[in-house]
Amino acid sequence: MAGDSRNGEAGANFFGFMQGNSRDWLMGSDGSSRNVTACSPEERKLELRLGPPGGEEFWSTKEHEKKISSRGRDEALASSSYFSHMVPAQTSNNSLNNMNTGQKFSTASTAKASAPNVSQKRTAPAPVVGWPPIRSSRKNLSSSSTSNLKPPPKSQDVVSNKISGEKPAESTGKGLFVKINMEGVPIGRKVDLKACNSYEKLASAVDELFRGLLAAQRHTSHSGKETKQEEEKPISGVLDGTGEYTLVYEDNEGDRILVGDVPWDMFVTTVKRLRVLKSSELSAANLGGNKQEKRSLESGPSSR
Amino acid sequence: MSEDDEPGRPQPPDPGSKKTRNCAAVHPSPHPDRVLEIVLEHVLQFLTARRDRNAASLVCKSWYRTEALTRSHVFIGNCYSVSPSRVTARFPRVRSVAIKGRPRFADFNLMPLNWGAHFGPWVATMGKAYPWLERVYLKRMSLTDRDLCLLGDSFVGFKELELVCCDGFGTGGLAAIASKCSQLRVLDLSDTEVMNDGVDWISCFPEGETCLESLIFDYVECPINFEALESLVARSPALKKLRLNREVSLGQLYRLMVRAPQLTHLGTGAFGPSEAQGASDQEYDYASAFSACKSLVCLSGFREIVPEYLPAIYPVCANLVSLNLSHANINVEQLKPIICQCRKLQVLWVLDSVCDEGLKAVAAACPDLRELRVFPFDPQEDAEGPVSEVGLQAISEGCPKLESILYFCQRMTNAAVIAMSKNCPDLVVFRLCIMGRHQPDYVTREPMDEGFGAIVMNCKKLTRLATSGLMTDRAFAYIGKYGKLVRTLSVAFAGDSDTGLKYVLEGCHNLQKLEIRDSPFGDAALLSGLHHYYNMRFLWMSSCHLSRQGCREVARALPRLVVELLSYEGNEKMDDGAVDVLYMYRSLDGPRNDTSESVTIL
Repeated sequence: MAGDSRNGEAGANFFGFMQGNSRDWLMGSDGSSRNVTACSPEERKLELRLGPPGGEEFWSTKEHEKKISSRGRDEALASSSYFSHMVPAQTSNNSLNNMNTGQKFSTASTAKASAPNVSQKRTAPAPVVGWPPIRSSRKNLSSSSTSNLKPPPKSQDVVSNKISGEKPAESTGKGLFVKINMEGVPIGRKVDLKACNSYEKLASAVDELFRGLLAAQRHTSHSGKETKQEEEKPISGVLDGTGEYTLVYEDNEGDRILVGDVPWDMFVTTVKRLRVLKSSELSAANLGGNKQEKRSLESGPSSR
Repeated sequence: MSEDDEPGRPQPPDPGSKKTRNCAAVHPSPHPDRVLEIVLEHVLQFLTARRDRNAASLVCKSWYRTEALTRSHVFIGNCYSVSPSRVTARFPRVRSVAIKGRPRFADFNLMPLNWGAHFGPWVATMGKAYPWLERVYLKRMSLTDRDLCLLGDSFVGFKELELVCCDGFGTGGLAAIASKCSQLRVLDLSDTEVMNDGVDWISCFPEGETCLESLIFDYVECPINFEALESLVARSPALKKLRLNREVSLGQLYRLMVRAPQLTHLGTGAFGPSEAQGASDQEYDYASAFSACKSLVCLSGFREIVPEYLPAIYPVCANLVSLNLSHANINVEQLKPIICQCRKLQVLWVLDSVCDEGLKAVAAACPDLRELRVFPFDPQEDAEGPVSEVGLQAISEGCPKLESILYFCQRMTNAAVIAMSKNCPDLVVFRLCIMGRHQPDYVTREPMDEGFGAIVMNCKKLTRLATSGLMTDRAFAYIGKYGKLVRTLSVAFAGDSDTGLKYVLEGCHNLQKLEIRDSPFGDAALLSGLHHYYNMRFLWMSSCHLSRQGCREVARALPRLVVELLSYEGNEKMDDGAVDVLYMYRSLDGPRNDTSESVTIL
């Protein structure tokens, strides 16, 4: 399948490109018309071929690729460098007008790509700009518009950026808001993951967000007794299973996973939604399920 | 609801309208030549199709003049093909204008920001020339708040503003329209980005009854003042089309629906309860609100759907002609009870979350289906593919009247595509997007040539084709040979050599819009189309094998063609003449002068 040689960089380039960063597209160099008649060796290099990669014909992107570790593309996005940082000294006859990812890469990747490798599921290839051809208004869907992880090329923030040509997203404190629902509480909240940079902070944010609501909920559920301010109990132990509630999250595949197992950075890139569930009701069966399960859980005790 | 439809043509003007010159009233006995012209004017008023009008204008000078005087709707397919002043000079009595700007690939970030397509020059010129302008339709153009203010100020009787895939303005601009255009009937902001300047534009509509018939802001990502909206809906008795953005919760939708049971088109907004408020929304009887809307034929929205509420729409399903669930992540079990009631459905947009099984249910329930769009929930190349050739086959068998299909999938077979070409002979639009690049037939491992070949061969009415998957030059040979009516062709990651593009340019005589990306077509292929480029609206080629030299040759050979080269950032040092993006189009007024640095015009 195409694109297995893509790397996280393309995503970064794509994102950097999209941020605009008040960079206009620069003019191609004008001037004397070079004689770029059919230079066969170049053109051959650029040709799409069916077959395994030819080895030494390839561009320096190969070593380039080795330099870039296989970080998730989203992490590359977060670091958001420009194209120019990333591109190594390319050979002079590179034709960047070929199947590029992020408009920067050579046909090396493409030639490889032409030997489709469909049988196995690869690790996510770095995205090609504008492919699949989906408009931005649809791209927000799978992240239900809260998480900014899948690069929505024209999210509202980016629009303002591109119009005013101002600061890129990564340098500001633009929050990463994820929806969070607590079982038994009808009102959902949103938590800014950028503001928490560790699980501990997240746990205390959960406490802050829901302590009052939970108390209010308990109050109303106690058959209208007009008691004074119900004592607000802090919500604790959501990460280690010791508390009354446990924090789980849903990832980009719809699976439900206990929070805390993966490194924080990785968690932030895959989390789509958070839930605070009663520890007693949690069982292995409820976790790691597919969308069907998720749905049946939703129609259960948890509120909408 | 179609994203790429030509704008609807307005009705023929009222014969009693003042704009028809009636010389007879001034000169009792007109010159004999003038008699013919007067008769012609009266007759031509009824000619609305622009192709017919164009043909009429070519008959002779007299017809040209008369046609120009009676043309009330002008369509400009490429805003740079002609200058605003040339348009206003030729057509002095225009009431309605449609202008298209950027090419479609701009939607997918293949074009530099600030490339162009500004509405400013148009509104400035038309503001002076067309004081009676009533309708503006723009697609993929950039407007500023100032442009909108000027529009509101210039056109006293302004009635309809339709902005599709536009950008550049904010809520301030909308406020200007709302407050200045007292006759406004239609405000349609489909797919248009509006910056949130914090202005409460909904409150800017005039007090008292409005003429509003259509208020569409489903993709405007700004919160709105709901009370103002409710009041607006309540005082707009003519309102038929209302499409809300996702900030509007289910409870709020209810309140609006009970005030507007006359709606025919509804975009439901979030279709879920709001999270912001304190107490949870009152549990309204949503089903009763829907059953009160007896005229509802088009339903969309469901932006943040809570599927448990879906049964509320059952009362309207039987009458639905168009249903857009493409933002609703629902599965087949949730789709089935709805779709099996939608016997009259002609247009359906869904997410692939409904899976092949869901598409089978559609095929079984909707024999009248004309248009189907299946969007990917997870638009990545290697995601799980819930729909496949199975769904396509089922649809082809159950929906023989299908005219338009857009289908995103991860795997496909030639057999299914061939089956569709035979089962659905009325296909006009066939757009298949196999999301993995260069993917062959899933079963046979062959290229997708035969499938697309069958489509162009068997679907004799086909005018629009978008290809994907592994394709060799052979596929293009088929397209060139059989795709005689094809006007729009989209190609990505396909073909082997120049020959592929040559087949298309030499064979597709009706080709108007050709957009190609990441395919190995070079200068030789480009030059093989010289005979045809003046007949086209545009040619887009990005990340192909073009060189400056080749493009320059085209520019020299065809002086009326504007040949734009766009550079991706960072390539300015690359002096080898390679071309990132070629975008070229015919123009009567030569190259534009509003380009940014990334654009070179040869």
